[in-house]
Amino acid sequence: MQGMADFFRWLADAHHINLTIFYDSVDQKRFLLGLYTTIWLSAVCIVMSILLGLVGAAMQGARSRIVRAGVQGFVQFFRNTPPLVQLAFFYFAVSTLLPTVSDGHGGRMPMINNTGWAVISFSLFAAAFNIEIFRSGIEAVPRSTVEAAEALGYSRTKAYVYVILPLAFRVCFPALGNNLVNLVKTTTLAYAIGVPELLYAAAQIWSEVLNVREMMWVLLITYIVILAALVFVLDRWERALRIPGYSA
Amino acid sequence: MKRISTYLMIAIGLLASITVAAAQDTLAQIKQRGTIIVGVKNDYKPWGFLDPSGKIVGMETDLVNDIANRIGVKAELVPVTAANRMEFLQQGRIDLVVATMGDTEARRKVVGMIEPNYYAGATNVLAPKSANLKKWEDLKDRKVCAVQGAYYNRRVSQLYSPEMVVFPSVPDALNALQGGNCVAFLFDDTLIVSTLAGGDSKWANYEMPLVSEDPQLWAMGVRLSDLDSPFGKLLKDISVEWHKSGKLIELEKKWGIKSSPYLQEEHKKLGGS
Repeated sequence: MQGMADFFRWLADAHHINLTIFYDSVDQKRFLLGLYTTIWLSAVCIVMSILLGLVGAAMQGARSRIVRAGVQGFVQFFRNTPPLVQLAFFYFAVSTLLPTVSDGHGGRMPMINNTGWAVISFSLFAAAFNIEIFRSGIEAVPRSTVEAAEALGYSRTKAYVYVILPLAFRVCFPALGNNLVNLVKTTTLAYAIGVPELLYAAAQIWSEVLNVREMMWVLLITYIVILAALVFVLDRWERALRIPGYSA
Repeated sequence: MKRISTYLMIAIGLLASITVAAAQDTLAQIKQRGTIIVGVKNDYKPWGFLDPSGKIVGMETDLVNDIANRIGVKAELVPVTAANRMEFLQQGRIDLVVATMGDTEARRKVVGMIEPNYYAGATNVLAPKSANLKKWEDLKDRKVCAVQGAYYNRRVSQLYSPEMVVFPSVPDALNALQGGNCVAFLFDDTLIVSTLAGGDSKWANYEMPLVSEDPQLWAMGVRLSDLDSPFGKLLKDISVEWHKSGKLIELEKKWGIKSSPYLQEEHKKLGGS
């Protein structure tokens, strides 16, 4: 470990390639926290957005007109506003309207902190797209299949869970994968409200150590690795779901 | 195919001309261009901020205009932040940085700092009176808003271990402070003094509760290669002249900045009247 630190210190002195994250403990800690935050934020948002997407898509097929209109409004709102604007809106505007809680030092602070708003904002943003993605899958399930399920005595909910969804999921999987990859990249926006994710950590480091170029490379490569891992998992999942003779 | 090769030639030609331009003496280039391009702050009252008409004004802008007048060119102001000003300078997008830049050892490796320095600032926090901060140690484990790229962020976080929430620009951080997202805003004391003195009612219940720490000289920055060029030498002479003639002290008064002992000392040292 010491040898590696020495190597990177030498690299900085001799070749002006200053990768402080490999030898400076403060910067290293910052970077690792950034990596952890990005992965945590991505994972939580992926799960939340899929769950919300499934619920939303089911509600889109509801009998009640009000429920359907509600879902439609949600989708349009979150799909047609930039995620950075949503984030700033939540953090700077909505946050102050909510009740405050004690900050443990005798003061008050808003109920939801910056990381909380990032989770909420990105989950809702991605969920709006996921609803539409699931709808595309659901509409691709042949009407005759649904009727067959009904004829076999499935209730509406049971038909949705056991027949429509499994088929729909396979159809919309590529589109869902795209949206999730996008979601992970969107987490960098949390930087604007001071959530210590990767871009924030990198910007902290480069503005102090002035190694912008090096940190840009580090950032790019780190994101490629994170997203390659996600794509690999999605790919395996898609293959595991494959039904011979159904879809491609 | 032919068209592609033409484009390629044009691109190579452009690249070559840029490299040639960079190699030229900066002062000659500024005169030839008729403008000096300077990176300044636009969110840092009273040093560089936007007036109601959207123009950048402030003490540093006055200094920049003085430099431009002395060279006999126009000044073009480019808003920069602490995080990008040195990159802009190195890329040749700007000729000079006059943007509340602290003169630190680490930065001297990358930027040519013009001496004598034109100001000295120190670190403090802006906090609501109800936060009841008494000493720097009170910040421990509490949320402190700051702005990215400021030199004191690292020092304060290492000494007093607050939980830092760092924003891209000053208005974001001030908004977060107003929203109660942090207990204090860590910044340069001159900005805090001028914010409090501005008379804005939204700051009525705020104060600068701590003793300013870590005085830091501010410097104009040029590319390292320009430090000993005619451009760098001219700037050094101008800076000496500012101290001697008392121009800096005068501007300090004009913009309502708390009188800095550093400027008084330099004024005496350089034999001003």
